Amino acid sequence: MQTEDLGQLLRQHPFVADLSDQHLHVLAGCASNVRYAEGSYLIHEGEVADKFILLRSGRVALEIDMNERGSLRIQTAGPGEVLGWSWLISPFRWHFNGCAVTDVRAIALDGKCLRTKCENDHDFGYEMLKRLSHVMERRLEATRLQLLDVYGSNSGVHT
Amino acid sequence: MESRTAEIQRTVVDPMVPRPVSIRKIIWETDDTFTIFLDLDGTVASFKPGQFNMVFVPGVGESAISISSDPLKPRTIAHTIHRVGIVTTALAQKKRGDIVGVRGPYGSSWPVEVARSKDVCIVVGGIGLAPLRPLLFSLFHRRAEFGRIVLLYGARSPLDLLYRVELEEWADRYSVEVLVTVDRGDSSWKGHIGVVTNLFTYVKLDARDTIAYVCGPETMMKFTLDELDRRGVPAEQTYLSMERNMKCAVGFCGHCQYGPYFICKDGPVFVLPQVRHLLEKKEL
Repeated sequence: MQTEDLGQLLRQHPFVADLSDQHLHVLAGCASNVRYAEGSYLIHEGEVADKFILLRSGRVALEIDMNERGSLRIQTAGPGEVLGWSWLISPFRWHFNGCAVTDVRAIALDGKCLRTKCENDHDFGYEMLKRLSHVMERRLEATRLQLLDVYGSNSGVHT
Repeated sequence: MESRTAEIQRTVVDPMVPRPVSIRKIIWETDDTFTIFLDLDGTVASFKPGQFNMVFVPGVGESAISISSDPLKPRTIAHTIHRVGIVTTALAQKKRGDIVGVRGPYGSSWPVEVARSKDVCIVVGGIGLAPLRPLLFSLFHRRAEFGRIVLLYGARSPLDLLYRVELEEWADRYSVEVLVTVDRGDSSWKGHIGVVTNLFTYVKLDARDTIAYVCGPETMMKFTLDELDRRGVPAEQTYLSMERNMKCAVGFCGHCQYGPYFICKDGPVFVLPQVRHLLEKKEL
């Protein structure tokens, strides 16, 4: 797929929809159009975090390996969301498994390519960091709420 | 407009005396949540969506429980109950034909008319779906009068989901956009995992033309209200149901005082501007 076509696809994704043409072009240079079949793994815990995934359709479950207890699914991500920021943070290793719950279509951005472009163009790097920080903040907020187990025995709704 | 006190007096002959009713059937929705159907013996129960009854178990006690059945099918009244305390545990042990006491209905209700010609966004967590089920039934009876109906529902796990068959029916028959998420799931669960506010990512709301109804644990509601605000749904179009320990249900005892309000009499349903300043106060 041509860089221009990937640019069109990227433009449809909320994470980068309002990015400047110049920065979108930089981003498209690291992008590829990918598909994952239901049940396949997009990322593996402990492996090199070599990509940043913008989900276009389908659903991915983040899993933690619990050894003999199997794996626990802690979160899902779907269309319009992103998967993974470990490509940006040393030591660049995934902390979770990412399993395609359904067939998935996505744009994969090469992690090393992105890091290099962020280093070479700090304006671009700052844009990426701002957007990722927003995602991280929302995920952290959601995780806190999840940890509260608000639907447990003391949920307290007229019963 | 009829005052709340007058409405209570009209509704019940003596608001403190429970009326004996027999149990028609009990359906277990999940491991710890059940729906109890009460036989009103030929009479009708006039109630509005969001109202609650005080359900009395002789020798045990009384508990405030939201009505979860269809307001337009008033010959049987249903309560969906989470088994968490002494009274609800006693209710869980009842069987068909047993007698319990009921007084009510009490409290304010989900406004239906405000949603005419508008979209409806219902956000519920856990057992919070039960008090909103009567509202859904009310909307379904006049489905053409309302725009989109979006239901965002969060639960602890797939096994804790209420009304699973109905959720599918609501989507198929009444074009409800049902999005369900759970806090944790195993590999057999193909749906969303995460908090209920995450589901807003997948729906586009016409905020100015949306009426929002929110019910669930208070923490979940606070996060949801932030999200609705972020998406531009006006506070005046956002309704929520508050919960406090209710005893008398008619505003006499003060157990359920919430700032200047008694939840039992002035609530449980409030429009957001009424209570927004109270939600941030820890001591309340």
